[in-house]
Amino acid sequence: MPNVPVPLNYYLTLSAILFMIGAAGFIIRRNIITVFMSIELMLNAVNLTFVTFSYQFRQVDGHIYSFFVMVVAAAEAAVGLAIILTVFKNRSTLTIDDVSSMKN
Amino acid sequence: MHSLWLIPIFPLVGFLINGMLGRRFSKTVINTVAVGSVVLSFLWVLKALSALAPLNETYVEHYFTWISSGTLDIGFDFAIDRLTMVMLLVVTGIGSLIHVYATGYMAHEGGYYRFFAYLNLFMFFMLTLVLAANYVLLFVGWEGVGLCSYLLIGFYFLKKSASDAGKKAFIVNRIGDFGFSLAMFLIVISFGTLDFQKVFAKASTISPEVQYGSITTICLLLLVGAIGKSAQIPLYVWLPDAMEGPTPVSALIHAATMVTAGVYMIARSATLFERAPIAMDVVAYIGLATAVMAATIGLVQNDIKKVYAYSTVSQLGYMFLGCGVGAFSAGIWHVVTHAFFKALLFLGAGSVIHACAGEQDMQKMGGLMKKIPITFAVLFIAAMAIAGVPPLSGHYSKDAILMAAHARAPWMYWVGVVTAGMTAFYVFRSIFLTFFGEYRGKAHPHESPAVMWVPLAVLAVLSLIGGYAFNIPEFLSPVLPMHGGVHDESLATIATAAGLAGILLAAICYLFVPSIPGALASAFAPIYQTLYDKYYVDELYNVSIVKPIANGSREILWKGADVGVFDALVNGAGTTSMALGGLLRKMQSGNLRTYASWVLIGILLVMGGFAVYGGAK
Repeated sequence: MPNVPVPLNYYLTLSAILFMIGAAGFIIRRNIITVFMSIELMLNAVNLTFVTFSYQFRQVDGHIYSFFVMVVAAAEAAVGLAIILTVFKNRSTLTIDDVSSMKN
Repeated sequence: MHSLWLIPIFPLVGFLINGMLGRRFSKTVINTVAVGSVVLSFLWVLKALSALAPLNETYVEHYFTWISSGTLDIGFDFAIDRLTMVMLLVVTGIGSLIHVYATGYMAHEGGYYRFFAYLNLFMFFMLTLVLAANYVLLFVGWEGVGLCSYLLIGFYFLKKSASDAGKKAFIVNRIGDFGFSLAMFLIVISFGTLDFQKVFAKASTISPEVQYGSITTICLLLLVGAIGKSAQIPLYVWLPDAMEGPTPVSALIHAATMVTAGVYMIARSATLFERAPIAMDVVAYIGLATAVMAATIGLVQNDIKKVYAYSTVSQLGYMFLGCGVGAFSAGIWHVVTHAFFKALLFLGAGSVIHACAGEQDMQKMGGLMKKIPITFAVLFIAAMAIAGVPPLSGHYSKDAILMAAHARAPWMYWVGVVTAGMTAFYVFRSIFLTFFGEYRGKAHPHESPAVMWVPLAVLAVLSLIGGYAFNIPEFLSPVLPMHGGVHDESLATIATAAGLAGILLAAICYLFVPSIPGALASAFAPIYQTLYDKYYVDELYNVSIVKPIANGSREILWKGADVGVFDALVNGAGTTSMALGGLLRKMQSGNLRTYASWVLIGILLVMGGFAVYGGAK
């Protein structure tokens, strides 16, 4: 079996599917943790795209960007989880609509 | 330099001081400032005149260039010649006397400082008008006196009739002023300048226009301005209503000075008018018609000030007649003598009204001769003067006008004589009704204080000797050419006889057989009613002009154009953006997931666009 590379479309389609799952979760789910995970999922879908193109064009830029995203995601996870913990301590709930203060 | 500018500046300063600070001043201070400023300018006039005598040439002072546009240069210039000198003396002299009188007359009125501030402002504008060396500056004074007239007619602004009368005067004068401004534009086009001396120098090289031409048009438009200011047919309607103002105002503005500005302007433009015989005829006809019409109305009025108001209109008609037949200097002479005796009549009437505690209806007076003897004496002199009894002042000026009229056309003379008879009749009717017979009023009449009767006495002396002492036409001969017929003794006698006949008739009707007027009034009821209602001219103007304009403004301009179009446009813009905003507002639900969905939809749309149409190349 010759060494046939996986076609570009496969990666991109996977990335799009992951992203849409993340987006759908972000929109539909009410649990803050789930929403948070959906965001991480979208970020990683984007990372996959970066790496794919970086490999495709033989350039290092995409890798660098994906590292950036990872760093930011890590920082965001730290801050975000801290916020979620505080919210849960104060409100005793994780339903996102109950902690919304926009419009009344 | 003789600092002519000081003459109008004194009253202006008085106006500023009293107008800005007068509220806090005591009456003594207000009096000192108001009367002092006018007396100062009178003294300055005397000083300037004695320095400039004999004043055969026009003396001009140029202060600065006011308007400079292309070839047109309008300077802020004052000029003084013999005509200006006469007017200056009349305005400041009689103005001073009336200011003194007003300190007594207005003593118990509210708004004391306001009254004197306006009066001083009037003096400023009137002196600017008289001193102006070009038409534009004259127009400044012209408009300014109109403003002051409006302010002072509506002085009792809480009274609806007074504020209405003020508005009427202002609006009617606008019509005349419109004609005046058109005349100025035409002068610029025809002569390229508005400076009196230059315009007249150029005009004097032109031969008289036998046919209708540009000079005739200019003169007719100037006449429109003069008609408005000097209350001639058809714009005279504002002057009788103007009597709503305080009596010193009636005397100063609406008898002695402002209303004669039209005559002054025509006399000033004599060089132009002499070259427009058609316009001259129009002036004479209008003057004559006004003189007759106003005199007939004056015959039957019962309000003492209304009688004198129509008398003023009638006498102004005489002045126009004089100018129209070419006797400009006779017209100015009548301006001067009329200023003496009509100011006296009005101030005397004011004294009577003051004595009768505000009563103006002559039917509720009578028998005042013994109660207010000084007022009676001066009013009697004034009445004799206006009736043309020799050798009082009115006799001379009226004769000069009538002689000139006879030289122009004998029928004008005869109409003038009949009017003179009527004048004598209505003036003496007012005297007899007021001072003779039994007292018919309720108040207790008392003589006016000295500050009021001393100016009256001075004016009485002037009315007595004014015609004999001041031969104005001779004095003005270097400025205004002498015109009109030679003095004819028999014609003069007829005119005098007409005046005496009028007095006699009034005496018969109102002294000896008091039943005659009532019998006449009921015998000729329709005529009497027409005269009493002033020929229904006000009603006619109301129906033909005021109502259509008011209704048209309300129905078409207000409800049609303003509400229907402009308000609709503005409000439409408002409601449209509110409706759009309402739609967009629905997107802002406050629900975070909805926002996220919008973002997602947006991204999908953009990406879909790239996919279908291709991205940046």
